[in-house]
Amino acid sequence: MNLFHLLPFVVIAVITLAGAVAAATLSNLVHAALSLVLSFLGVAAFYFLLGAEFIGLVQVIVYVGAVAVLIVFTILLTRPLPGARKGRNWAGVFVAMAVLAGLLWALHGTTLPASHPLASNALTVLAVGQKLMTAYVWPLQAVGIVLTAALIGAVVLAMEEKR
Amino acid sequence: MINGLDQIFVIAKGLLLSLLWWAPAWVVQVVSAFVNIAAVLAVFLTLFALISVFERKILARIQNRYGPNRVGPFGLLQPVADGIKMLVKEDIVPRGADKVVHFLAPIAMVAPAILALGVIPYGRNMTAFSIDAGILFFFAVGSATELSVFMAGWSSNNKYSMLGAMRAIAQMVSYEMPLIVTVLPVVMIAGSLSPDRIVDAQAGYILGLIPKWFVLTPWGAAAFLLFFTASLVESNRTPFDLPEGESELVAGHMTEYSGFKYATFFMAEYFGMFAVSGMAVTLFLGGWHAPTAFLQFIPSWIWFFSKLSVLLFTFIWIRGTLPRIRIDQTMKLAWTFMLPMAFTCVIAAAVWHYAAGGILGWLESLAIVSLVYAGLSQILGARRNLSVRIYRFAE
Amino acid sequence: MDKLSAVIAVSSVLFSIGLMAVITRRDAIFILIGIEMMLAAGNLNLVAFWWYGAHPELLTGAMMAIFTMAIAAGETAVGLALVLAVYRHRRTTQVDELNSLKG
Repeated sequence: MNLFHLLPFVVIAVITLAGAVAAATLSNLVHAALSLVLSFLGVAAFYFLLGAEFIGLVQVIVYVGAVAVLIVFTILLTRPLPGARKGRNWAGVFVAMAVLAGLLWALHGTTLPASHPLASNALTVLAVGQKLMTAYVWPLQAVGIVLTAALIGAVVLAMEEKR
Repeated sequence: MINGLDQIFVIAKGLLLSLLWWAPAWVVQVVSAFVNIAAVLAVFLTLFALISVFERKILARIQNRYGPNRVGPFGLLQPVADGIKMLVKEDIVPRGADKVVHFLAPIAMVAPAILALGVIPYGRNMTAFSIDAGILFFFAVGSATELSVFMAGWSSNNKYSMLGAMRAIAQMVSYEMPLIVTVLPVVMIAGSLSPDRIVDAQAGYILGLIPKWFVLTPWGAAAFLLFFTASLVESNRTPFDLPEGESELVAGHMTEYSGFKYATFFMAEYFGMFAVSGMAVTLFLGGWHAPTAFLQFIPSWIWFFSKLSVLLFTFIWIRGTLPRIRIDQTMKLAWTFMLPMAFTCVIAAAVWHYAAGGILGWLESLAIVSLVYAGLSQILGARRNLSVRIYRFAE
Repeated sequence: MDKLSAVIAVSSVLFSIGLMAVITRRDAIFILIGIEMMLAAGNLNLVAFWWYGAHPELLTGAMMAIFTMAIAAGETAVGLALVLAVYRHRRTTQVDELNSLKG
C-alpha cells in the first residue's frame, strides 16, 4: 500500500471516527446530530473507496437525507429540559472498550483470505437492478412490506390523539 | 453536425491542457477537473448576477412599474451595487446564537447546490463531471440541503426562524418524493441514470421537424409539469415560499443573517434554481438538442442556455402572478395529488414503451394520465362547494 | 496489515463507539444515534467483505448492505415516532425516568 492509496483511507477514517466520537460524547444534542452527519458522510466516502459508488450515493440519500432529518426533527419537537447533569457512565465506556478489544483480537487472530478486488466496476446500477429483480426479488418484496408497515406505524404512533 | 463553434470550449480546454505536456497523467487530470469547476462557477456566477437584476425587472414590469434602472444602462449594473452593499454590511450574530453552526449553515447550503451543477450536460461533450449514476448524485446532494436549512433555523436562537426552518424542511422532504418519482419514467425509458445517456436518448427527429423530447409524450408532459412544480417547492419559490415569506416570518430561517452570509443564502437559492432547471432541461426538454433538424447549425450550448432561460423566466413569471399557498395545503398537494400522479406517469410510460411506438401506445398512455387526473380532481375537490361568490363590499 | 483488515478495524471501532453511545447516554435520541452508528458500521463490514472476498461478481454483500440500509431507515422512523409518543405522555426523553413499570 503506497502513500497515494494510504492517504485518502487515513483521512476518511479519521473524519469518520472523529465524527462518531463527537456524536457519542457531546452533550449538546444538535451538535451530536451534526457530527453524526459528518460520520455518515465519512462512511459514504468509504463506500466510494471500496468501489461501491451506488451504495455510497444511496447512503447519502437515505442516511444523511432521511435518517438525519428525522433525528433533527425529533430534536426540534422534543425540547430537552435542562436537567441535572450527572457524570458520565464510565462503566459503559469500559464495556465498549472491552468489546472493541475483543473484536480487534478476533480480527488479529483470523487469517483473512487474500484480497483480490475486482478489476472493473461491477456495481453498476444495471447489475443491482438485475439482481434485485431476479435473485433478490423476494427480499425486495419483503422490504417493501416492512417499509410500508414502518411508515404506517410511525404515522399512527406520532399522530395527535383525538381529544 | 459537430462544427468548431459548437465545440469551442472543448477545444479551448484541450489547448490549455496541452500546455502541460511535461506533467504526469494525474496532474493533467487534476488540472482538467479544476478547469471544469472554474468554468462552471464562472458561468453560473455571471448568470446569478444577471438573474438577480432580471428578476426584479420582470417582476416590476408584471406589477406595472420599472425595476432598478439607475445603476448602469437599464439597471444592468445593479448586481455590482448589490454586491458592494452585501460585502460592507455589518455581520451581526445574535448573542444567544450557536456560533459554529451559525457560521457553517450558509456554507452547507451553497456547497450542495454547486455540486449539483457539476453533472448537468451543458452541450455536446460539455459535462463537467460525467458520472455513471449522475441523477442519483443530483438527488443525493439535494437531500443535503435540508440539513443546512435546519442548521440555519436552529442556530439563530429565534422562535420564528425555528418555525420557518421546520416548515421549510417539511416542505422539502415532502416534495423530494414527487421529484424523484417523476424522474423514474425518464430513467426507465432512457435505460440509464447518466444525464449524458438521457440526452442521447432524446436525439433524432420525426420527419425532421418534431423532436423526440420526452416532454412531447403524454407521460412526459405530465411528468414535466409535476417535476417543475416540485422544483418550485424545493427552491422555496412563490407560490410555495411560506417558509421565507416576507409578510409571514420575515425571512424564515434566514432572518438572523446579514451581509455576506445572507448573500450566500440568496446565492444558494438561485443556484438550486439553476441546478433543478438544468436537470429539467436535461430530462424532459432534450438537453442541448435543437428543436428541428434544420436548426442544428446553432451550437448546442446556446440551445441549452436558451431552454434554461425560458424555464427561469417561467419561475419568475409564476412568482409575479400567483399568491402564496398555506403550508397544510402544500402538504396535502404533495401527498394526495402529486404522488399518485407521479406513479401514474410511471405506468403510462411503461405502457407507451411496450407498445413500441405505435399510435395505440400514445393513446393508451394519454388515456391513463387523463383519467387518473380527472379522477383525482373529482375525489380531492369534491368537498369544496363552489358556488357564485357574493361580494359584499366591492360594488 | 492489508486493506481488508484495515477497513474491518475501522468498522469495529465505529461499532464500539456506537455501543458506547447506546450504553452511556441517557437521552433516547442519543441512543438512537448510537444504534444508527452501529448499523452503519455493520454495513461497512458487509461491503468490505464483498469487495475483498470471494466471488465479488455475485454482488451478495452489496445487496445485503442495500437491504440493511432500507431496514435501518424504517427502524429509525418507528423508533423516533416512539420517542415522540413517549414525550407526549411523560414530557421527558430521559430513559432513566421511564420507570413506571418497575415492580
